[in-house]
Amino acid sequence: MTELHWLPTIADWRPRLRAFGTDAPSWDAAVALANAKLNFVLTNALDETVRRGFPQRPEGLATQPVRLAVLGSSTLTHLLPAIRVAGLRRGIWIDTYENDYGQYLQELSDPESDLHAFKPTAVLLAFDAYHLTAGVTAGMDAASADAALDEVTAHVRETWKRARAAFNGPILQQAALPLHLSVLGNNEHRLPGSRARFVTRLNEALRVAAEEDGVDILAIDDRAARDGVLKWHDAGLWHRSKQEIAPPAAPMYGDLVGRWLAAKQGRSSKCLVLDLDNTVWGGVIGDDGMEGIALGQGSALGEAYVAFQDYARELTRRGVILAVCSKNDEANALEPFEKHPDMVLKRGDIASFVANWSNKADNIRAIAQELNIGLDSLVFIDDNPFERNLVRQELPMVAVPEVSDDPTGYPVALSDAGYFEGLSVTDEDRERTAQYQGNKAREALKAAVTDVEGYLRGLEMQLVVRPFDRVGLQRIVQLINKSNQFNLTTKRYTDEDVLAVMADPDAFGLQLRLLDRFGDNGVIAIVIGRLQEDHDLVIDTWLMSCRVLGRQVEPTTLNLIAANAQRLGARRVVGDFIPTKKNAMVKDHYARLGFTVMETTPEGGNRSMLDLAHYTPAETFIHVVEG
Amino acid sequence: MATEAEIYAALNEIFADVFMRDDLKLTPALTAKDVQGWDSFKQIEIIMATEERYSIKFNTRELDSLLSVGDLVKVIGTKTA
Repeated sequence: MTELHWLPTIADWRPRLRAFGTDAPSWDAAVALANAKLNFVLTNALDETVRRGFPQRPEGLATQPVRLAVLGSSTLTHLLPAIRVAGLRRGIWIDTYENDYGQYLQELSDPESDLHAFKPTAVLLAFDAYHLTAGVTAGMDAASADAALDEVTAHVRETWKRARAAFNGPILQQAALPLHLSVLGNNEHRLPGSRARFVTRLNEALRVAAEEDGVDILAIDDRAARDGVLKWHDAGLWHRSKQEIAPPAAPMYGDLVGRWLAAKQGRSSKCLVLDLDNTVWGGVIGDDGMEGIALGQGSALGEAYVAFQDYARELTRRGVILAVCSKNDEANALEPFEKHPDMVLKRGDIASFVANWSNKADNIRAIAQELNIGLDSLVFIDDNPFERNLVRQELPMVAVPEVSDDPTGYPVALSDAGYFEGLSVTDEDRERTAQYQGNKAREALKAAVTDVEGYLRGLEMQLVVRPFDRVGLQRIVQLINKSNQFNLTTKRYTDEDVLAVMADPDAFGLQLRLLDRFGDNGVIAIVIGRLQEDHDLVIDTWLMSCRVLGRQVEPTTLNLIAANAQRLGARRVVGDFIPTKKNAMVKDHYARLGFTVMETTPEGGNRSMLDLAHYTPAETFIHVVEG
Repeated sequence: MATEAEIYAALNEIFADVFMRDDLKLTPALTAKDVQGWDSFKQIEIIMATEERYSIKFNTRELDSLLSVGDLVKVIGTKTA
């Protein structure tokens, strides 16, 4: 799999590319187009379009420009657009140079060459595995094979030396692609002159030499081992065009180079921001509780979350900082960290812990501020497409990997994306989280400045409202008995209780489903209202899934309640808040919606009232549909 | 099996991406010399994008036999049959 699976698919990518440059070309627009899941054809199209819009590097970029010489022994032209686009993806302008076919050594040695005129700031040596194994044959004895290995290693080191003598910049040595077929079989290692074996040994030798000479390695051998060599190399294509790397692998190849160049500028990501519910454990801690979340032994899903946590902890041990950004009451969010026996991550692993009900873009800003690092050094992982897209839109500099609801894929996305590309590891890296913990001073969250309205408007939300019915019965009863956090009264009902509501002419039950342009969120809210003899409509039950908080579902639901109340002849709507351990988040729910508090209880509950004579329905970005 | 019309529709999309133009109307007789910029690299892009699209692999003889769009459509038809 060589595709850039961690990048999102942008639906209107082609029209946006076509529109690019019709006005003044925008660098930010180009960067946005590069941050999509592009195959090699679209990568080339983007590169060509952007180069037309920007024949030269635009002024005022925060990143260092790169002049990269790509030197090798076979056709490399098809890799250059992918390298430039990988730079663009990171806001880096890259000019590239490719040597004349096979002439890398001559050009390196000749001060009059085009290569010298190009004045590279970095050099990539991309020798194909055929070139590197020239002369190696199964007929060799061990001594000849060892001599050949020494010779090739020495040749590569000589190239490094010349590159270093001629230019100042860093050197990146591509590992040899393990494309040779075995001729002995499983025990290929017993054949000294095996080309397959030679490549393995050479890659080891090059890594050792690179450590001594201060050269970095482009590990396409490791990458190809994961993707399958056949995804990287096509023998038929080699015969036809001498392209060692197959064009479909070019975007991945380019990205491997791009992340190295970014790392050289200190632009690798530094901090992983974790959502909690359904990202770090399965389920919703506020609703499902400690016993109800999927985590740890006992289920494949629970083990997958453990594996993800383990990967995150491994990242901390090489210097990546962890933060938490969760829509939860803080006490609920902290509980598993403190008490769940299967939690791999502990509170001490998290340098910044933000759990509240504000929108995530603002919270991520606060995390960056608290840790005193740039927003562009954050990676945010969340199973919820709504949150991912909100953050992508509000904070395009934050990396947000595209993931499914399967936690098995989370470590893969983080690893394949190379966000945290590192060049060395220091003792300081290993202690970093502790440092951040130490000088942490929790700052109050800044007032919301995010343009959430614009985002909501663009969501094309539809609230599909249906009275209770037998088709929905199971889901209605499930929600009534499971919801803990956004639940005003926490009354639990059986199938029969719900059927009774359906039969009662003075009561109504509503099941609300929310759709948006990213899909169907399912039934997300339940309301039961009952008319009293005094013409008050009492809201017996109002509960909602926390996933859809902050999306104007609450005022839209109130519009529906008011309409139903008026239909039944009510003069006022009365709502109760009955406090439990878990529903503190809706304590002021009715007050926020414009109700007047009539009485409060010693336990902290309240009863509030809305006069329908003076009520005007709220205007929201949600379109209501009868379902 | 993909009909000829479906193959042309798919190839039109691929060509539009490869040459970044939407006005290219593919006909059986169309060859590389009729389209500006259709060089050996673009030829490989077209082939690889087609392989990806149909999850097929052209062999060396098939690739050598491709002289026009019509040839390509014919080979795709046989391989997806």
